Amino acid sequence: MKPELEQLADSVCAKYDYDAVNLLPILQEIQRLSVHNYISEEMARIIAKKLDITESRVYDVVTYFSALSSEPRGEVIIQICNSTTCNVNNNRDLIRWFEEELGIKVGETTPDNKFTLIFTHCFGACDVSPAVRIDDDVYGMLTREKVKELIAAKRGAGE
Amino acid sequence: MQTVLLTIEKKVSLTIDNKKVRVPEGTTVLEAAKKAGIHIPTLCYLKDINKAGACRICLVEANGSLQASCVLPVSEGMVVKTNTPRIRQMRKNILALILANHNSSCPTCVRNNNCELQTLAKELNLREEIFEKEYSHHIDDFSPSVVRDDSKCINCGRCVNVCNDVQTVGVLGFVHRSDRTKVAPVYDKSLAELSCINCGQCIVNCPVGALREKDNTDLVWEALADETKHVVVQTAPAVRAALGEEFGLPMGTSVTGKMVAALRRLGFDKVFDTDFAADVTIMEEGTELLNRLKNGGPLPLITSCSPGWIKFCEHKYPELIPHLSTCKSPQNMMGALLKSHYAKMNGLDPKDIVVVSVMPCTAKKFEVQREELAVDGIRDVDISITTRELARMIKEARIEFNELADEPFDEFYGDSSGAGVIFGATGGVMEAAIRTVADILTGQDIDEVNYEAVRGVEGIKEAEIQITPDLKLKVAVVHGGANIKTLMEKVLSGETQYHFIEVMACPGGCVNGGGQPIVPDKVKMEKDVRAERAKALYYEDSAVLPWRKSHKNPSVQRLYKEFLGEPNSHLAHELLHTHYVNRQ
Repeated sequence: MKPELEQLADSVCAKYDYDAVNLLPILQEIQRLSVHNYISEEMARIIAKKLDITESRVYDVVTYFSALSSEPRGEVIIQICNSTTCNVNNNRDLIRWFEEELGIKVGETTPDNKFTLIFTHCFGACDVSPAVRIDDDVYGMLTREKVKELIAAKRGAGE
Repeated sequence: MQTVLLTIEKKVSLTIDNKKVRVPEGTTVLEAAKKAGIHIPTLCYLKDINKAGACRICLVEANGSLQASCVLPVSEGMVVKTNTPRIRQMRKNILALILANHNSSCPTCVRNNNCELQTLAKELNLREEIFEKEYSHHIDDFSPSVVRDDSKCINCGRCVNVCNDVQTVGVLGFVHRSDRTKVAPVYDKSLAELSCINCGQCIVNCPVGALREKDNTDLVWEALADETKHVVVQTAPAVRAALGEEFGLPMGTSVTGKMVAALRRLGFDKVFDTDFAADVTIMEEGTELLNRLKNGGPLPLITSCSPGWIKFCEHKYPELIPHLSTCKSPQNMMGALLKSHYAKMNGLDPKDIVVVSVMPCTAKKFEVQREELAVDGIRDVDISITTRELARMIKEARIEFNELADEPFDEFYGDSSGAGVIFGATGGVMEAAIRTVADILTGQDIDEVNYEAVRGVEGIKEAEIQITPDLKLKVAVVHGGANIKTLMEKVLSGETQYHFIEVMACPGGCVNGGGQPIVPDKVKMEKDVRAERAKALYYEDSAVLPWRKSHKNPSVQRLYKEFLGEPNSHLAHELLHTHYVNRQ
């Protein structure tokens, strides 16, 4: 086991008393602090051992929630809602705008590892549907221009 | 003054299909119906293991509303109907939906005629598959032991529960959500790449053909047809206690004589008994225990017969590796002896001998491939098949198993004691070891050979046996991953101290191994498979075999006198002992 991964897992698990009941917040926090914004197989194994649960329980939760990922991702996660309301309100244009602006398809990460574009389930922003969530912020009522501005702002943020 | 608390079990009255039923509070409607002689169909339900209410096949009308009876507790005055037109139609619809995601290639499926889904379709009188078929075609067959076929998986979750809760191995789980939910190994890897211990408990609990053993019967047929090869077979103790079930005989019937006869009909040159090697194991492991007691450890000594347990230990408790007995398993001891002593006695080149083992176990398929289990590059055992595979071979050869007259094993390597035969049940290795160790330490031939404290299906058994005035042997017997985890954590923390621990990965030991005949859940609700099959072994031990102690087996005595020398001798070490790998 890599000591730096173990150290990271320990620092987060300790905050939650190594109690497996808190698996979800533990995974969210570890993911945020991990390179490439995901829970690697090795990390899942370490977390399972620390919390005395099986690896499959960890993987189960990681794949269940779209906020968590079992694969490496970009710094900024753009989640397009693909549930009923956003579908009915024609999110297809929105999907196309993001794909064209970023030059990737849904499910992919930009070559500079800056953006990952994924679908997500309903996060309750139906009033401004079709909606996206970028990291923790929700955006609705989008136009092509607004999408362009959003991406430019996010691209500039880290530089 | 003491207060005496009386707990009176609260009873609940209800009506099921117009029958009055009175059961304890907390009973499920499914269990209450069973008590009333009403059989509600189930699919995902697995007694004591999986109560998920997931498949909905067990739907009933409770006070007019549709409910899954396996998770519905009874309530006072409840009116339950289990067989209305609405329920029958709903069950058919549910089954049709399950079949829409199931590859119904029944005639060529290994579970044909022993499939709970197939049986259900027949019982519910489903006459057509009304929905368009859609299923994954992914098959994982990289593991030497277990094959996973996604096309047949119905997501019932039994394997997930067995793997996580019963065995605490945890390589199978539910992944993703909603209509993408599926059973998959951790990180969608092959079972071969994970900490899977190859125990096969997922296989024996799968209702369909989604999990099965890696079939090696073709390799055996090929060897039998090769005239340049001398093909010998060895059968593990637990096989004789269950093989009969594949031919319609009652559970717990011992079929040793018929099994030997069938193996001869199949064309094996010699039919030997792994029980002989079990006796040798007792000589080696018993001596190892005596040496460790004398030389101060490391104690506890932990048995090494179960390859599922060995891999579990290597993955999860590498710090316990020094405690593992260095003895190879009986399967491999037998192979090593056949390719050395037997080859020499019969003027055979070990390279021309093919050793086939029939095992109640899928992990044995992994064990025979272990690099360290070969002597001078020659594998101890060439091909390992399960009880189920042997049954299929017997059927394919069109041998009328039940008509066969009993035949004895071939001499010498077919001779065994009662101690060897009880290896197949949890507690058997311990009991066999105590029988021999007690004789050696006291220098007597002790009459009492039944050590009841280590028998039975309780998860963790402990016993203290006063062997000599100076030595009270403290032992433990454990079986099933979750029990093993509990016990090993206590051993590691120093909370409990033992001299000797017997460990079997499968619940109940080898009689309930992952390679044994598959028992439908309907039968498991009635009978404890572990206890029923074990009866056949204890019967052979007490009533059939002439010797009940391994060191009294005259062929074992001759083997040491003429070939190995003393137990744990240099040659014994070379042939019969091994080492382990830290897989963490």
